[in-house]
Amino acid sequence: MPSVCFYFQVHQPYRLRHYTIFDKTPNYFDDFHNASICRKVANKCYLPTNRLLLDVIRRYEGRFKIAFSLTGVALEQFQQFCPEVMSTFDALAQTGCVEFLAETYYHSLSFLYSRQEFIEQVNLHVQAIQKLFGQTPRVFRNTELIYNNQLAEIIESMDKFDAVITEGADHILGHRNSNFVYRPPNCKHLKLLLKNYSLSDDIAFRFGNRQWNEYPLMADKFASWVNRINGNGQVVNLFMDYETFGEYQWQDTGIFDFMAHLPREVLKNPDNDFKTPSEVAEAYEATDVVDVPHIISWADMERDLSAWLGNAMQSNALHEVYRLEKLVRQTRDERLLEDWRKLQTSDHFYYMCTKYFADGSVHHYFNPYDSPYDSYINFMNVLNNLKSRCERVLPGVPSATSSKT
Amino acid sequence: MKVFMLGWEFPPYISGGLGTACHGLTKAMSDLGVEIIFVLPKPFQQTASTHVRMLTPLQVKPWNAAGETVGFTQKELKHVTFYAIASALQPYATPQQYGQQIEQLIRQKATQEQLKALGGMEELRHWLHQIPAALAQSGQYSSDMHTEIHRYAAAAVRLALQEQFDVIHAHDWMTYPAGIAVAAMTGKPLIIHVHSTEYDRSGENINPMIYDIERQGMHAAAKIIAVSHMTRNIILTRYGVTGDKVEVVYNGVERNGDAIPYNKIGIHSDEKIVLFLGRITMQKGPEYFLMAARKVLEVMDNVKFVMAGSGDMMHRMIEMASQMGIGNKVLFTGFLHGKDVQRVFQMADLYVMPSVSEPFGIAPLEALNFDVPVLISKQSGVAEVLHHVLKVDFWDIQEMANKIIAVLKYPPLQLTLREHGNFEVRKLRWSDAARKCLKVYQETTQAV
Repeated sequence: MPSVCFYFQVHQPYRLRHYTIFDKTPNYFDDFHNASICRKVANKCYLPTNRLLLDVIRRYEGRFKIAFSLTGVALEQFQQFCPEVMSTFDALAQTGCVEFLAETYYHSLSFLYSRQEFIEQVNLHVQAIQKLFGQTPRVFRNTELIYNNQLAEIIESMDKFDAVITEGADHILGHRNSNFVYRPPNCKHLKLLLKNYSLSDDIAFRFGNRQWNEYPLMADKFASWVNRINGNGQVVNLFMDYETFGEYQWQDTGIFDFMAHLPREVLKNPDNDFKTPSEVAEAYEATDVVDVPHIISWADMERDLSAWLGNAMQSNALHEVYRLEKLVRQTRDERLLEDWRKLQTSDHFYYMCTKYFADGSVHHYFNPYDSPYDSYINFMNVLNNLKSRCERVLPGVPSATSSKT
Repeated sequence: MKVFMLGWEFPPYISGGLGTACHGLTKAMSDLGVEIIFVLPKPFQQTASTHVRMLTPLQVKPWNAAGETVGFTQKELKHVTFYAIASALQPYATPQQYGQQIEQLIRQKATQEQLKALGGMEELRHWLHQIPAALAQSGQYSSDMHTEIHRYAAAAVRLALQEQFDVIHAHDWMTYPAGIAVAAMTGKPLIIHVHSTEYDRSGENINPMIYDIERQGMHAAAKIIAVSHMTRNIILTRYGVTGDKVEVVYNGVERNGDAIPYNKIGIHSDEKIVLFLGRITMQKGPEYFLMAARKVLEVMDNVKFVMAGSGDMMHRMIEMASQMGIGNKVLFTGFLHGKDVQRVFQMADLYVMPSVSEPFGIAPLEALNFDVPVLISKQSGVAEVLHHVLKVDFWDIQEMANKIIAVLKYPPLQLTLREHGNFEVRKLRWSDAARKCLKVYQETTQAV
């Protein structure tokens, strides 16, 4: 002990093109923009980091292990726009040291609105991972680590998973810390792996910050922090966005060198090892029950839903998109269903957040829109069109829209 | 700190943003304890207006014999003394308009006072020809704008020599010659405040006389205050001024103390109102408003467009609306005073400012004060300071219509814009602008 458990989140949404109320085309997504972003991030992050990790895994001959969660929409775009990324993930899968997790295929908030849709998206994702990498995921993470007791119960009832990953938020842990395996209430089988946000964010956010009092963070310093947990923890859960490597933390911060040397430094202590989430769930007993009656996430300081549901626009947009579920299913049209699902991706609502708008913070930096208002207008215009398409397909359904559209 | 300030107009009788800005700034500076001598041009006599609007006089003490400077102090502006110099100079007027106005004055004066004394038509026409020369001789006002501005400057110098002050602060081009003259005579530093440039007002068809005056003012000044970075850029690139001379001080807005009742107007009417409020002139982009209106009406029916204001393009806009076939959906109110402004804002679902080139733009701030969501042109100074508003390029009719429809069609959008906009506008205070101006004063007086 402790076991270092890495999990990297890989996601790219289908961003919308500029869509006014006058537009009629059923092509909602900006293929050109999405392709160029995919390729850019592939060059800065996915390709160099995958190659680095492949190299490290081979060098340590099975002692260095990691996990990924790759969203369905990201996988589709890699296959379409940068297939070389897929081949590096393939190679990683074949090392036998890489675990793939399950999540909603469309990186959606469906858990909050439609249980049926949520379960379908999870199953879709599991099938995709099986097909692409020959692995069946046994550990689940919900979009943006959104979690509560109810989610655990649903996952447990699906009878497919051994553990769920979420944020090690202070208010659910109380005096306990995230370095132990826990379990949710009312679950016989499932285990809970909680993110060590302090150590994870040291790498993901603070690594390149010269004003940080621990700058520069060298591999041996970090390994010493891991060693400190010895005797008082089973696991160190380091969960982060994969774009940390090369995008959030640029190459010149030394982040790649850090990851190259970290395994050696950690493994210097014979008590330490690296485990995948499944291996953690298998190796350790749950030490306690963690009760999460209210929803948590890994977003912002609040670690709640306010990044996607903080204002009236977000609330309305989410409500409207899930209100269409019945209509969309009635059409039995594959294309309409797929378009509707791509509109559920949480990013669309994240762009509408007004929380830090005037401060130009993280939310704003990755936002393809000039303002949250523009993103809401764009989204609602698209949804409006999707709704008309559904109504046109269904015979005899009284159209709510006027003849002018 | 005592300031000799040269302005154009002052509420409650104003024709545009300049008067509002002067009022807000002066009041805030007075609250900081700065003493201000505020000098205005005022017409010699009151008259009913025609299509050229005239300032009506403030409540003043009787004129002295020369019809020149009479000082008085308004109650709420404790440290401010007002002086008025008789002049027909008006804000926003072009030299042609000035010339027409003078003829008007002359005709009215002639008909009122002299008509009874005259005989037949021949004598009348002869007499009318002689008036301009006669009046110029009497030292009252000049028949052309250029001469008038310099006559005004001379009058300002005469006034300045009777007063003690530390700096001179001149607002917009008409006062620059006066500012230059006073600075030269008293040796005090001149600060000019650029609320707009000839490029904003006239596009590329600039009037060379006005451009020259602006340029002279900028080069004679110790420091220049611009109302936005957009304006500052124009000053640097078009007038040959160096960057360290120009400071940016954003305008603010007066917080109205009246609480707007939440269940406001419009409950009894399903019709949405989209508002344009401002001078109906090229700079404000009224034709883009109408073109967007037509596009909106292709998709929505229960909406009316209100153009509140007057200006040289008003008649053309009325014609344009009827030619487009939307005449029954566009209402023209003419110039609005006082409480009418508040009323029209309370009726509106959206305020649109499609300006072609707006150095700042105080009206959107007033709209936000009244809980009205705002759509502004990106080609405006105020776009630099507001986030919780919709923005659009003034020429992009399709997008303008798209955004107008979105506000009217999706209530959560209107709600969020209103909440956040109203909150954001509170940060734009005249007290901050006043403090920044005071700092500029201190820098220039210490440098001397």
